[in-house]
Amino acid sequence: MLEHILSLQIFLPLVGVALILALPGLSDGAARWIALLTSTIVFGVSVVMMMNYESGAAGFQFVEKTEWFPALGINYHLGIDGISVYLVLLSTFLTPICLLSAWHSIEKRVKEFMVAFLILETFMIGTFCALDAVLFYVFFEGVLIPMFIIIGVWGGPRRVYAAFKFFLYTLFGSVLMLVALLALYYLTGTTDIIEMSKNNITPAIQNWLWLAFFASFAVKMPMWPVHTWLPDAHVEAPTAGSVILAGVLLKMGGYGFLRFSLPILPDASAYFTDMVFVLSIIAIVYTALVALVQEDMKKLIAYSSVSHMGFVTLGIFTGTQQGVDGAMFQMLSHGIISAALFLCVGVVYDRLHTREIARYGGLVKNMPKYATVFMVLMLGSVGLPGTSGFVGEFLTLMGSFEVNTYAAVFATTGVVFGAAYMLVLYRRVIFGEAKNPDAAAMPDLNRLEYGYLVPLTVMVIVFGVAPWLVMKDVSPAVTRLITTYNLEKTLPSSYASAAPAKAEKAPRHE
Amino acid sequence: MNDFSLVSLTPMAPEIFLAVAGLALLVLGVFHGDKAASAIGWLTAIAFAVAGALLLQNGWDRAEILNGMFVMDQFAGILKLVILTGLVISVCLSIRHVQEEGMARFEYPILMLFSGLGMMLMVSAHDLLALYMGLELQSLALYVLASIRRDNMKSSEAGLKYFVLGAISSGMLLFGASLVYGYTGSTNFTVIGESLAGNLSIGALIGMVFILAGLAFKVSAVPFHMWTPDVYEGAPTSVTAFFAMVPKIAALGLMIRLLFEAFPGAIVQWQQIIWMLSALSMAVGAFAALQQENIKRLLAYSSIGNMGFALVGLAAGTQEGLASVLVYLVIYMLMTAGTFGIVLSMRRDGKGLEQISDLSGLSRHNPAAAYALAILMFSMSGIPPLAGFFGKFMVFKAAVGAGLIGLSVFGVLASVVAAYYYLRIIKVMFFDDPVPAYDRGTPFSRRAVVALSVFFIVVFVFEPSPLIEISRDAVSVFFTHG
Repeated sequence: MLEHILSLQIFLPLVGVALILALPGLSDGAARWIALLTSTIVFGVSVVMMMNYESGAAGFQFVEKTEWFPALGINYHLGIDGISVYLVLLSTFLTPICLLSAWHSIEKRVKEFMVAFLILETFMIGTFCALDAVLFYVFFEGVLIPMFIIIGVWGGPRRVYAAFKFFLYTLFGSVLMLVALLALYYLTGTTDIIEMSKNNITPAIQNWLWLAFFASFAVKMPMWPVHTWLPDAHVEAPTAGSVILAGVLLKMGGYGFLRFSLPILPDASAYFTDMVFVLSIIAIVYTALVALVQEDMKKLIAYSSVSHMGFVTLGIFTGTQQGVDGAMFQMLSHGIISAALFLCVGVVYDRLHTREIARYGGLVKNMPKYATVFMVLMLGSVGLPGTSGFVGEFLTLMGSFEVNTYAAVFATTGVVFGAAYMLVLYRRVIFGEAKNPDAAAMPDLNRLEYGYLVPLTVMVIVFGVAPWLVMKDVSPAVTRLITTYNLEKTLPSSYASAAPAKAEKAPRHE
Repeated sequence: MNDFSLVSLTPMAPEIFLAVAGLALLVLGVFHGDKAASAIGWLTAIAFAVAGALLLQNGWDRAEILNGMFVMDQFAGILKLVILTGLVISVCLSIRHVQEEGMARFEYPILMLFSGLGMMLMVSAHDLLALYMGLELQSLALYVLASIRRDNMKSSEAGLKYFVLGAISSGMLLFGASLVYGYTGSTNFTVIGESLAGNLSIGALIGMVFILAGLAFKVSAVPFHMWTPDVYEGAPTSVTAFFAMVPKIAALGLMIRLLFEAFPGAIVQWQQIIWMLSALSMAVGAFAALQQENIKRLLAYSSIGNMGFALVGLAAGTQEGLASVLVYLVIYMLMTAGTFGIVLSMRRDGKGLEQISDLSGLSRHNPAAAYALAILMFSMSGIPPLAGFFGKFMVFKAAVGAGLIGLSVFGVLASVVAAYYYLRIIKVMFFDDPVPAYDRGTPFSRRAVVALSVFFIVVFVFEPSPLIEISRDAVSVFFTHG
C-alpha cells in the first residue's frame, strides 16, 4: 500500500463522490456522513504516510511513475518531499474540518456540495503530489471547477460576480503558464519536473518563461496588484469555501514558485528578485493598511491573507535557508491560522447572519470560549512569539535582512500594521459594549464548533513553541533546493557591476 | 483507364454503398411518403454503420483509383470513420426532433446521407475536380437541409443565405482551381505538387489563395464566417447540430490534404494565411459570442472560435500539428454532440427554446441535464481534467513546438475570453431563478448521445493515448511520401 499511498489519497475522495452519486435516494444526512467519512479516511491515510515519511531526507519519497501519455512521453509521476508533504497533510486535515463546519450551515443541495468538496480535495492533493508538469497543470487548473461551483452556488449575495472574477483571473494566469510549460517541454524535451530543472536555457528565454509562470502563481498567491479577486471570493464564499481557499488554495502559488520558478528558472528568479521584493513589500504594507479600514470581518481577514502571503513571496525569493524555511513555515502557519479565523467568522455568522464588525461587540461576556480561541488565533496572526505566526515571519525577515536590508525594514513595518488591524478587530468584536441585543444573546461555541476549532488552536501554539516538529522535514528539502538554486543562478549583470559586495559573497556558497 | 475493373473500385466501396443505399431509400420514401420518415431515418443510420463496417474491412493502405481522382489512405480512413460517427449521432439526434417540430419529411435523412457521401468524397479527393464535386454534393444537400422548413421564414432565409454565400465561395474556389490548372497544367494534387516544387509561380499562388478562401468559407473561418450565425440560428436545431459537428471536419480534412499534397512547396505562404485565419477566428469567436442571447448563435460563434483553435495546429504545419488537429476535431465533435443533445431537449409547450435565459435554473428541475451541460461547457472552455483541455493542449503544444509562440499566447488569451460565455451558461443554469420546467420525454437516442459525450469527456483523461496515436498514424501519410 505504501508505494501507492499518494494515489490512494488522490483517488479515495472520488470513491466518496461515486458513492454519493450512485446511491439512489440518498438523504442529505447520509451524504454528509459519506463525505466526512471519506475525507477522514483520506486524512488517516495521510497520517500513515507521515509516519512512514523518512524524516530528514531531501529527495522525493513515495514516488509513483506510470505511463500516462506514452505517445508524448508524459507520465503519471507522483512524489513528495519536505516542501510538499505538509501541504498534502494540510489539505487532508482541513477538508474534514470544512465539511464539519458546513454540517449545519449548508442546507440546500447538500449532495452537490459534498461532491464538489471531495473533487476539490482530489485536485488539491494531486497538485502537491504531481511531479510531472502536465499532471500538475491538470490538477492545478482543475481546482477552478469545484471552487467556481462552491462560490457560485452556496455563496453570498454577490456570489456570481465573485465566482466569475475568481475563475477568470486564475484562468488568465494559468493559460500563460500553460504556454510556458509547453515551451519548457520543447526546450528540455521532458515534462518531468525533476528533469526539467537540469536545463541550460539562456537567461533571456528564462525571463519570458518566468514571467508566464509568475502570471499564474502571482494571481494564485495572490500578490499585489492581482489580489483583488481574493477579497471578493472570500467574502462571498461559504465558510467552508473560504477556509479551503485561504488554507490550501493560496499555498498553490507559493508551492509553484518553489517547485517551478526557483529550480527550473534560477537565472530569471535571481533577475526578478528585486521586482518580487517590491511587490511583496507593497502587498505587506498596503494591504495591511487596507485591512485596517475594513468593516467586514471576512474582508479584513482576506486582506490580512494577502499581507501574510507577501511574507511568503519575500521569503521565497531571498534564496536563503532562513528565508525559504520561513516562507514554508509561514504558508503552513497561515494555512492553519487563517483557516481557523474564517471558521471563527463562520461561527458568529451562523448565529447573526452578518459579518459587519460594528454589529458585534462585547462577545467576551456571552461567548468566553469563543473569545479565548479567537484570541489565540488573533495573536498567531499578529505573530506573537510563542505562536506559529511568529516563527514564519521571523525567519522570513531574517532571510531578507541578509539579502536586502531595505526590504527587511519595510516588511517589518507590516508586522506592526498587522498587529494593529488584528487587535482592532478583536477589540471591536470581543470587547467593548454589546451594541446589539442579538449579539449579546448568542450562545457560546457548541460541541461541534469546539471540536473543530480546538485542534487548530492547539496547533498554532504547538508549532509556535516547537517549530522543529515541522522544520526537521522541511529544511533538508529547502537546503537542497537553495543549494542548487544558488549554484545555478548567474548573478544579473547589474548586480555584478553595481554591487561588488554581493559579487564577493558568491564564492561563499560554493 | 485501361485496367479498369470493378475490383479496382474496392477502396471506394463505402461510398458506392452509400450512393446505392441513398437511391434505394429515396425510392422507398417516394412510395411510402412522409409517414416512413422515421423508419428511413433509422435505415440511414444503419446505412452509415454498414458503410463504416465496409470501411473498416478495407485495408487503409494508400491506393489511388480512377486516374488519381480518388485516394484512400489512413488519413482518409480515420476521417471517414469520424465523419460516419458524426453522421450517426446527427441522425440519432434528429429523428425525434423532426417529429416534434412537425417537419418529419422523408427527404431529411436522405439529404444527410448524400451530404455525408459528399464529405467522404471530399476527404478522399485527390484532384481539384473531385474536390469540387465532393464539396458541391455536400453543400447542395446542406443548403436544402437548412431550408427544410419551407413554411418558416427564418429557415428559408437561412437556406437562401447559405446558398448565395456558398455559391460565391464555390466561385472563388473554382476560379482558384482554374488558375492553378492554368499554371501547373494539371488538376491532380500530386502533379500540382511536383510541378510547383522548386518553381513557385505567382499565378498558382494566387490560385491557392482563392481555393483556401473558398475552403475557409466551408469551415467558417474568419473573415469568411458571416453566414454562420444566421444559418445556425435559422436552421432547425437538429440541422444546426449536424452543421456544427460534421461538415467542418470534412472541409478541414480536405484543406489538409490539399495543402500537404498539392501545395507542400508553398508552406511558408499558406502558413501565413492559416495563421491569420486562425487568429481572427479565435478572436471573433471569443468576443462576438459575449453578447449573444440566442444559444444557437452563441454556439455558432463558439464553433467559429473552435475552428480557430483547430487551425492553430494546421498553422504549425508539422506532423504533430496535423495530429493535434484531428484530436481537436474529434473532441470538438463529441462535445458539440452532447451540447446540442441538451439544446434539443429545451422545449416547452411543444416549442423549441433558443434563448440562453430559457436555461435558467435548469439545475433545479433537471439536474442531470444541467450537470451534463456544465461539464460540457467547462470542457469547451478548456479546463482540465476534461477532454476539451487536451484538445487545446495538443494544438498549442504543436504550435509552440513549431515556434508559433505569438499565436499560442493569443490563442490561450482568447480561450480565457471564451471561458466567460461558457461560464455564463453555467451561471444561468445554476445561479439564476428557475423558469417553468421543460416538456418531459427526452428520447432514448438523445439521452444516449449526451451520456456518451459526457462519458467520453470525463474519462478521456485516464486513457488519452489511443486517440493521439491513431491521429499521429493517420497524418503520417503526408510525411512519409513527401
